[in-house]
Amino acid sequence: MNASLLLWMLLLPFAGAVLLLLVDNNHRRRSAWIAGLITIAGCVLLAVLAAAVFDGGMVRFRVDWLPSLGVAFGLRLDGLAFLFALLILGIGALVVLYGAYYLADDDPPARFYAFLMLFMGSMLGVVLADNLIVLVVFWELTGLSSFLLIGFWRHREDARQGARMALTVTGFGGLALLAGVLLIGRVVGSFDLDAVFAARAQLQNSPLFMPILLLVLLGAFTKSAQFPFHFWLPSAMAAPTPVSAYLHSATMVKAGVFLLARLYPALGDNDAWFWIVSTAGLATLLFGAVVAIFQHDLKGLLAYSTISHLGLITLLFGLDTPLAVVAGVFHIINHAVFKASLFMAAGIIEHETGSRDMRQLNGLWQTMPITATLAMVACAAMAGVPLANGFLSKEMFFGEALAVDTHRLLTFATPIAATLAGIAGVAYSLRFIHDVFFNGEPVGLTKIPREPPRFMRVPVEILVVVCLAVGIFPAVTIAPLLAVAAQAALNLPGVEKLPVYSLAIWHGFNFSLLMSLIALAGGVLLYIALQKKINLHTITRLPGDAKLLFDVFIDNLVVVAGWITRITQTGSLQRYLLLILIAAIVAGVAGVWLAPSPAGSTAATTAPANMIAVAMALIGMAASIGAVVMYRQRLTALILLGATGLVVAMTFVYFSAPDLALTQLLVEVVTIIMMMLCLKFLPAQSAPQKNSFRHWRDAVVAVIAGLGVTWVVYQVLTRPFNSISPYFLRTAVGEGGGANAVNVIIVDFRGLDTLGEIAVLGMAGLIVAALLRNMPMQNTKLGAPDDAKVPGNAHRSLLLQIVAALLLPLAVMISIYFYLRGHNLPGGGFIAGLVFAIVWILQYVAIGRFNVESRVNADYATWIGWGLLVAGLTGVGSFVAGFPFLTSTFKYFTLPVIGAVPIASAMFFDLGVYLCVIGATMLVLSRLARVNDPAGQRQPERTP
Amino acid sequence: MSLELLVALGVGVLTACGVYLLLRSRLFDVVLGLMFISYAVNLFIFFMGRLATGRAPIIQNGVPATLTSYADPLPQALVLTAIVISFGMTAVLLAIAVRGYAENGHDHVDEDGDRS
Repeated sequence: MNASLLLWMLLLPFAGAVLLLLVDNNHRRRSAWIAGLITIAGCVLLAVLAAAVFDGGMVRFRVDWLPSLGVAFGLRLDGLAFLFALLILGIGALVVLYGAYYLADDDPPARFYAFLMLFMGSMLGVVLADNLIVLVVFWELTGLSSFLLIGFWRHREDARQGARMALTVTGFGGLALLAGVLLIGRVVGSFDLDAVFAARAQLQNSPLFMPILLLVLLGAFTKSAQFPFHFWLPSAMAAPTPVSAYLHSATMVKAGVFLLARLYPALGDNDAWFWIVSTAGLATLLFGAVVAIFQHDLKGLLAYSTISHLGLITLLFGLDTPLAVVAGVFHIINHAVFKASLFMAAGIIEHETGSRDMRQLNGLWQTMPITATLAMVACAAMAGVPLANGFLSKEMFFGEALAVDTHRLLTFATPIAATLAGIAGVAYSLRFIHDVFFNGEPVGLTKIPREPPRFMRVPVEILVVVCLAVGIFPAVTIAPLLAVAAQAALNLPGVEKLPVYSLAIWHGFNFSLLMSLIALAGGVLLYIALQKKINLHTITRLPGDAKLLFDVFIDNLVVVAGWITRITQTGSLQRYLLLILIAAIVAGVAGVWLAPSPAGSTAATTAPANMIAVAMALIGMAASIGAVVMYRQRLTALILLGATGLVVAMTFVYFSAPDLALTQLLVEVVTIIMMMLCLKFLPAQSAPQKNSFRHWRDAVVAVIAGLGVTWVVYQVLTRPFNSISPYFLRTAVGEGGGANAVNVIIVDFRGLDTLGEIAVLGMAGLIVAALLRNMPMQNTKLGAPDDAKVPGNAHRSLLLQIVAALLLPLAVMISIYFYLRGHNLPGGGFIAGLVFAIVWILQYVAIGRFNVESRVNADYATWIGWGLLVAGLTGVGSFVAGFPFLTSTFKYFTLPVIGAVPIASAMFFDLGVYLCVIGATMLVLSRLARVNDPAGQRQPERTP
Repeated sequence: MSLELLVALGVGVLTACGVYLLLRSRLFDVVLGLMFISYAVNLFIFFMGRLATGRAPIIQNGVPATLTSYADPLPQALVLTAIVISFGMTAVLLAIAVRGYAENGHDHVDEDGDRS
């Protein structure tokens, strides 16, 4: 029951987002109502589940996702998740209300609320995740949805830039987090939080602990805008203010500190954690606080203040004591509340005055007294003034800073830094109040300031009341929530195990109170001094603008990318080919070098080579080397290439591959014919290459490649062999209906491959036909068309004509015979098709192209189409029989002479192969033959 | 010399010849190189099924269907289609060479002529 409620709570915002996408943007209030109701429904569900959490229990939902990898879609609602869910939904509801008044008439509300709901759901997913993979998935979703929200005003350059920067920085952190989480899973063997917590010792003793910690912290620090990754947050202020109020107080940036809290039980409590987290936190705390004083933009001030407070929370987690963790959790709540109200107040001020610049906004106390009062209380909380919630957690922080005693340097440094940050915090809070509400009259405002609509102020009022309620009556209001949340963050079995802490306002006069007093007095003095001495309004260059650094970095990245492109992409294909080959060699060598050597490098399987084999090999090698040496004499090289091809075919014969031998032989014939046809147009000699360095360099690359391949082949052949092929041998007859295992694999087991391959062959034919149409001939060595040199029109030999005529029926019969027997004996569609094509081309040579094509339909492109159609339909046919695509069925028939013929569906498939091979081969050859054939040019093309 | 070493050397020589010709500057020579590479690659895949003599994978009654009685049919099937596909590829490349020569007046692999 509870479990499904939990799931619903998570799914509701996503459902809302989908619903909102269907809403028309012209209904201004409707979207706000939908979003509001959804959020309130979420709050109600959370309230229902609260009892279980406060009873010390936990609500869980779990569905196995990838059980073999320890990935489950798990949700858990423990104290920490409850706290965050409350902030997300509670402040979310207020933001929805606020946004309804904030959005201008030309802002599309449905889109705004859809993005907001998407973000809300993603945030809930992060805090409710019970599995690290689920957490990372939702983490990335928060990044994407916040990108949409920050860039909501997409017509504005700064909004787009801010959104892009936020996405770049947090996306980079998200990748690091993913890597860290994967490493955790590798060490622990599971991604479930319980398993990770339980494996704490194993994790921290693992050699991978340091990488894990760094990667996870990188994710947390980028998300929570810790120094030096803080710069995206001020740029994200280009977002509409409700978005800032939501993302930068309660949710997005809190995801980082949530991660710290969530993984503290697994990764915390050790030196590495202490040093890295506390240093980052301390630096951020001080940096943010100081820079905030010098901002002129209201939201800029709040942004740097947020950075500073996030640093404070990070520092607390870094201090690595249970009490500090409690204080950190407490400050998460307080900061979310007062910062959300301040952002909203800033938004109201901007909404009603048209400006956020504190150099213009002065004296608003006169016109906006209620808003001013609310903002002042919230500022007091931000500065840590007694009776506001910020004071309590700041006191706890000061107490913890004083308690640092494990490391001598920090014993002094931490309290001093904390006090300094406190002073700066008071100063910028004071500036917010003084500069906006007092300090003279407004300067150059476009609107006349007035109080906002009644309900726009309500969210601020509620939050300020919470500030005061927590600040004055902490024991009644916040204590139970803080207890369960801190217990979960520390992964303690029960609330009673928590360290002792007191939430009272008055602890007597002690050091932390003294620090608070110093901070308050110092802050006031600092602000007065700054205003008197240098007048903050006159400062134009603001310190600490790391955004510039980021821009410079991105610009340089582009420059470097351009440089690399220029030196590698020279436009010379010859050079690319060389680089690719060298890369392949390097990759091969690296692979052999780095991979563990497989066992059994004995030469146990070797057999001695007999004289025939050696002779064959020598002929082949001599022919191929000869072809390389003579490559400039193209016809000679071609003949030697043919000889090499014949030796390859013989190799197939020798090593029990009759199908391959036949195919190789036939392809060889067709290829040589094709290349000789091409030599009609191309120079008979290759142009000499004078650059001898190039020859030597290429020779070296070639020899290295050859040696590498030799080595690899030898190593593989002398190692034991484990093949999946016995399956094909066993099932060829029984399931494929053929004794020729090779053919059965082609037309049955791997029929889909074959279908793809004949399609490729067909396409190759069509490409050739297209390339050779309407060629400009003046550049070729043939020049103008000349009948005599085209084979089809050459002076014909009578003998050849007779032989060809006699051969034709015989060869066609052989072709059909090969096709029919292919399933059981060497043969099949490929071989049969090639035989047919060769005898057909012989007719071209013997009686001329025109004579052949005038007698029969020579529209070979349609043959390809028919072949593909037949093969494809055969595949579809098995659907009719209720089997998957290309399942073969068969039955034997006995034909005279040929014997038992399987009428298998595979046979029709092979017919498709047969037709397609004939079509493609003939298309290529006939088009090459007719390129400059005047008859060919005159004759209308049959195919478009 | 063992049979394994012999075929390994054969594939190596074919590869070296192919690589050298691939790096030439004229498209026709590159096509020649590609043919050598095709031979080498096809033989390479074929030999991955190990060397078997006199054991064509045509199933006969009464002979146990194991790799001791028959050559490995799988690499053979792969190579059979590979041979036909490399034929198609060669055809396309040759057509490009012819067309390129007709358009540009040279068959250098790089469009703007002889740079070597």
